[in-house]
Amino acid sequence: MSDCRRQWNREDELPVYFAGPITTGPNQRKSFGMFSSVEGAFDSKTIDFDNYAVGRKGSRTPRSGSRERVLKTGDPVGKTPREAPEGSRSSPSGEADDARSGVEVRFTSEKESPNEKGEKLLIKGGRVVNDDQSFYADVYVEDGIIKQVGENLAVPGGVKVIEANGRMIIPGGIDVNTCLMKSYLGTQPVDDFLQGTKAALAGGTTMIMDHVTPQPGDSLLEAFEHWQEAADKKACCDYSLHVDIPQWNETVKDELELLVQDKGINSFQLYMAYKDLYQMTDGQLYEAFSFLKQLGAVVLVHAENGDLIAQEQKKILEMGITGPEGHPLSRPEELEAEAVFRAITLGNRVNCPVYITKVMSKSAADTITQARRKGSVVFGEPITASLATDGSHYWSKNWAKAAAYVTSPPLSPDPTTPDHLHTLLACGDLQVVGSAHCAYSTSQKAIGKEDFTLIPEGTNGVEERMGFVWDKAVAMGKMDENQFVAVTSTNAAKIFNLYPRKGRIAAGSDADIVIWDPDNVKTITAKLQQSAAEYNIFEGLECRGGPALVMSQGRIVYEGGKLQAQQGTGRFLPRKPFPDYAYQRVKCRNQVKSKQGVTRGIYDGPVYDVAPTPKYITPAPSAKTSPTSHQPPPIRNLHQSNFSLSGAQIDDNIPRRSGHRIVAPPGGRSNITSLG
Amino acid sequence: MSERRFCQEDDRSSLLSRLGSDSPRPRMKFGGMFCNVEGAFENKTLNFESFSPRLQRRSAGPTQTGGQHGGRTAVLPSGHPRENYGKREGDRLIIKGGKVVNDDQSFYADVYIEDGTIRQIGENLIIPSGVKTLDAYGQLVIPGGVDANTNLQAPQKGLMPCDDFYQGTKAALSGGTTTIIDHVLVEPGTSLLSAFDLWKETAEQKACCDFSFHLDVTRWHEGLYEELETLVKDKGVNSFLFFMAYKDRYQSSDSQLYEAFGILRDLGAIAQVHAENGDIIDEEQKKLLSVGITGPEGHVLCHPEEVETEAIYRAITIAKQANCPLYVTKVMSKSAADVIAKARKKGVVVYGEPITAGLATDGSHYWAKDWTTAAAFVMSPPLNPDPSTPQYLISLLACGDLQVTSSAQASFSTAQKAVGKDDFTLIPEGTSGIEERLSVIWDRAVSTGKMDENEFVAVTSTNAAKVFNMYPRKGRIAVGSDADVVIWNPKETLTVSATTHNLTLEVNILEGLEFRGVPTVVISGGRVVLEDGQLNVTEGSGRFIARKAFPDIVYKRIRARSKMAEARGVPRGNYDGPVHDVISVTKSVPPTPTTRGPTGNKTPTGPRNLHQSGFTLAGAQIDDHIPRRSAQRIVAPPGGRSNITSLS
Repeated sequence: MSDCRRQWNREDELPVYFAGPITTGPNQRKSFGMFSSVEGAFDSKTIDFDNYAVGRKGSRTPRSGSRERVLKTGDPVGKTPREAPEGSRSSPSGEADDARSGVEVRFTSEKESPNEKGEKLLIKGGRVVNDDQSFYADVYVEDGIIKQVGENLAVPGGVKVIEANGRMIIPGGIDVNTCLMKSYLGTQPVDDFLQGTKAALAGGTTMIMDHVTPQPGDSLLEAFEHWQEAADKKACCDYSLHVDIPQWNETVKDELELLVQDKGINSFQLYMAYKDLYQMTDGQLYEAFSFLKQLGAVVLVHAENGDLIAQEQKKILEMGITGPEGHPLSRPEELEAEAVFRAITLGNRVNCPVYITKVMSKSAADTITQARRKGSVVFGEPITASLATDGSHYWSKNWAKAAAYVTSPPLSPDPTTPDHLHTLLACGDLQVVGSAHCAYSTSQKAIGKEDFTLIPEGTNGVEERMGFVWDKAVAMGKMDENQFVAVTSTNAAKIFNLYPRKGRIAAGSDADIVIWDPDNVKTITAKLQQSAAEYNIFEGLECRGGPALVMSQGRIVYEGGKLQAQQGTGRFLPRKPFPDYAYQRVKCRNQVKSKQGVTRGIYDGPVYDVAPTPKYITPAPSAKTSPTSHQPPPIRNLHQSNFSLSGAQIDDNIPRRSGHRIVAPPGGRSNITSLG
Repeated sequence: MSERRFCQEDDRSSLLSRLGSDSPRPRMKFGGMFCNVEGAFENKTLNFESFSPRLQRRSAGPTQTGGQHGGRTAVLPSGHPRENYGKREGDRLIIKGGKVVNDDQSFYADVYIEDGTIRQIGENLIIPSGVKTLDAYGQLVIPGGVDANTNLQAPQKGLMPCDDFYQGTKAALSGGTTTIIDHVLVEPGTSLLSAFDLWKETAEQKACCDFSFHLDVTRWHEGLYEELETLVKDKGVNSFLFFMAYKDRYQSSDSQLYEAFGILRDLGAIAQVHAENGDIIDEEQKKLLSVGITGPEGHVLCHPEEVETEAIYRAITIAKQANCPLYVTKVMSKSAADVIAKARKKGVVVYGEPITAGLATDGSHYWAKDWTTAAAFVMSPPLNPDPSTPQYLISLLACGDLQVTSSAQASFSTAQKAVGKDDFTLIPEGTSGIEERLSVIWDRAVSTGKMDENEFVAVTSTNAAKVFNMYPRKGRIAVGSDADVVIWNPKETLTVSATTHNLTLEVNILEGLEFRGVPTVVISGGRVVLEDGQLNVTEGSGRFIARKAFPDIVYKRIRARSKMAEARGVPRGNYDGPVHDVISVTKSVPPTPTTRGPTGNKTPTGPRNLHQSGFTLAGAQIDDHIPRRSAQRIVAPPGGRSNITSLS
């Protein structure tokens, strides 16, 4: 794009400012004159980071704490949860002083830790793009943290200077949805935390949020620790974890509390699909929502109607369709939209923020849009696959290709879906872009070669995510660069309470920075990708826009097409509950919406005579059910027991009436008459 | 509208000149339109035999057609009494000078009734002597109302409604409703057929007007198939209600609904739903009771509009997947109605039914200081507190987005309601409305100009008759139709009061409201039951109306779609690449979709897989997620593959 032109040092050429809007790229609103002329203009842009950090549990420590963990692996102290809160109390105060006393002080104080990866970097001559504005400024990075943003920065000597040449400096992407360890039938995805994060970095994503997927019956805590351990060893970029709740029961509650309060997890996924496996009933969902709301967590929902899917799968297999096309046929768009609608309804009733993972179809997205219009606190996350391709490939003659697209909810066969989703992203109706990266090799997918229901679900997309949003939305003029930053990183950081540490170029934020080159054109192919999967569902698509340089934690990990990621450098980022972005409105509504009864005098009229025998209902009018126990223990009807085969039945608690006896012609009928 | 004026060349000017006049509908004019076209009535008098349900009227064929050919000239030569109609022979009536209003057109004509059937329509009819004449000058002659939802016999928590078939149908007749379709509530675990028989027997003894039945299926299992088949094929029931609410009592799960809908589609029946999300309601009830709200306002607080809307959305999704027609009973809120309207715009075969209470009043009364008043309004879904709801629902009725009106009559006396005086969840649910239904709609819709008189007939009787396959026997003034006729006076006013209504109920939720439009004469089965304000009903004179499966208006589209909706697989070569070796240990078999018979439930019983239930009961397994197959075997070249094939 033409806005690569650097104008920031031509201070006196006022006309350039006017010329700018015509010649520069889609986003002319920020130009150089505006900012340098106002004194202290950048002060307000560089957020007083510590304001946010104070009291944020673990917001600072983990940075140092987990660094320790990385450096001295196996150090048990670094991992104890006890240490985190303590550290967070001491260290912010020190840094708060720094922030107030000005930039210069920082160097001395930070130099004390010499063994940090404290590369000092100055990115010069770029245009900083945040979600709210863009401006020309230099960015100075030290110790993995952005120390200064502005012009004519006073920096110490020996600083490595990166020339951005007018390209955009954007906060590194946050991929909110990856499954790098989601086992299926005992097999792991081919992209583990190493491969997956390498691919992420190559695509400009500097943080991933992976789903911990325990199996029903597993301890959530153990699963979480398992994930954390694996990721600490392998991840090349910062990561955080969502925990999926495979089933709802009392023990889960304790674990959830622990996870939220001590482990820094503030998002949990619930399933409305996968019947007999993960699926929860509406009642369980309601309870889970209520509970998670109390904890201040964000509820992620996999929204598909599992009951109907199970039925449709049965039907389609019966029809003899066993190939991957059975997958979209058994999971039509309506079922997704229905579940989204239901999830939102539940969220409204509980007054709890709801986050829909993997919005794959137009109608699901529209449902979210409409709910937002009505004021629901709901967020929607389309994924790379739904934004860049469509579901027509399920009908491919090539089994391996068709199977590669299998994911749930499936890609919509409607080819206009990606466009529609981009439009909604651009206007803010959808907020976050994930990738749902979960790469299985073709041989793993072939587990389901004779039965599509057994094909492991998951597509790639962590690497291509940012590129396709740029290509299909920004380059097409649907979205501006600020919105691009918002949907690829800032919104995610806000929703999951990582902001402003992540998702923003500001003094005090983590130095996860991408220099974005909008002119970079590449053709996606499995041969050149970082992911280990042998098939790329975007194979052959051309994508404009890509990272020219990626910096993670202040280190350059990707430059000019070369990846220098270092295994195990990724840190776990704990997140506090009650993210403002999701919970402010909810808190207010809590106060407003409290329900009140009507104070009445006591009803003293006649009350229908209800016999105290609650057991069963006889035709005599006086022997009605007791109001106190309107679900009396069952009187088994022998006729009925023919149908229910074995064991405890779901509906054992339902009162049964001995219906036939009532029917008996002579006595029965007259009884009934007397009833009326 | 304009298509109804098919021959007005000669008097178009006069037509236009009348447009501004006070009469709400100038288009229908006396005489001109109808008299000068020869044989004009022939299209209006439907060939009744082709529609007739086979159970009731198989014999009258030849004489009937003869009469039709004669049009206005002949009295039926035979006057064959219909055997089945034995109990109501006799009355010969002629209604003179009224404007006959059907759902498609209005015209001035006399109507001659004999043997409980409309025999002739037209002017200057040739009729035998000694016929009783009813004067309808200046009034409308409309088909008697069809109330598609009443609960006159369904007990709630052991309480019988205080208005039974006798009281209820009496009230219905006094309000101009001549056919009711009552809900047979089958308690979980009891036989559908025996409940049906009980209802039918009771109704035959007591009902004063014709009746038919819906069956409420409170617990679905595949074993019901045979009973359903009997009911549909032999008993004349073609509509079945499922509950999405009343958790742990009547509620059906989504898979149950899907299964049931699939079966109903094959049988040609209509699926009805009580649409509310029972799970959410259950939780909210607990929550409200725990915060100390026990009065009737708790009822509306825990049955919020969204919960209704959500369930309707879900029901529509399920019905669409199963390709089954859906009928949503008791549409009580704007957003619920909107969901139906939107689904219809997308082509789903779905019908919505607002009820008298929802069209006449709103839910603000739940907060009444007087417990009795507040409790009287308790019903599910509750009346919406939004006062603009009635007008909105009427607008949707007028434009056809909602189709049928009913009363959802289920009256419980104050003493019965008082069972729940300390706990709103125990208040028996139900409101009255069977009597006021037509007047409410006329007043709110027709006198306000939202709807024309033909639409009025459509939503009060014709649509219900069509959807439930009683048309044209009911819901139309035509030769051969049943003589359920109402002479409607649009000018008179009715003031509703519990002291004057015909129910035994001691409160009326519409107390004190005035409605324009009342029936002056009601004819049910050829007998005048209301005249000069005198109600003259005979207990037990009502007949059971059997309804055939596959109602045309509903099933024509469904049939076509069934043919179109065949999904096809992609023919591919065999995948011969490497297959990942699955090493998981097999524990239990999850319900792999394939093992069981077709959804068409040719497998009569044995819905539970014993193998599977054994394992599920044992609690969650670590690897429950894993589809159980003896994996190693599968990968093994020869035997393995065939195993898989047999599975799928």
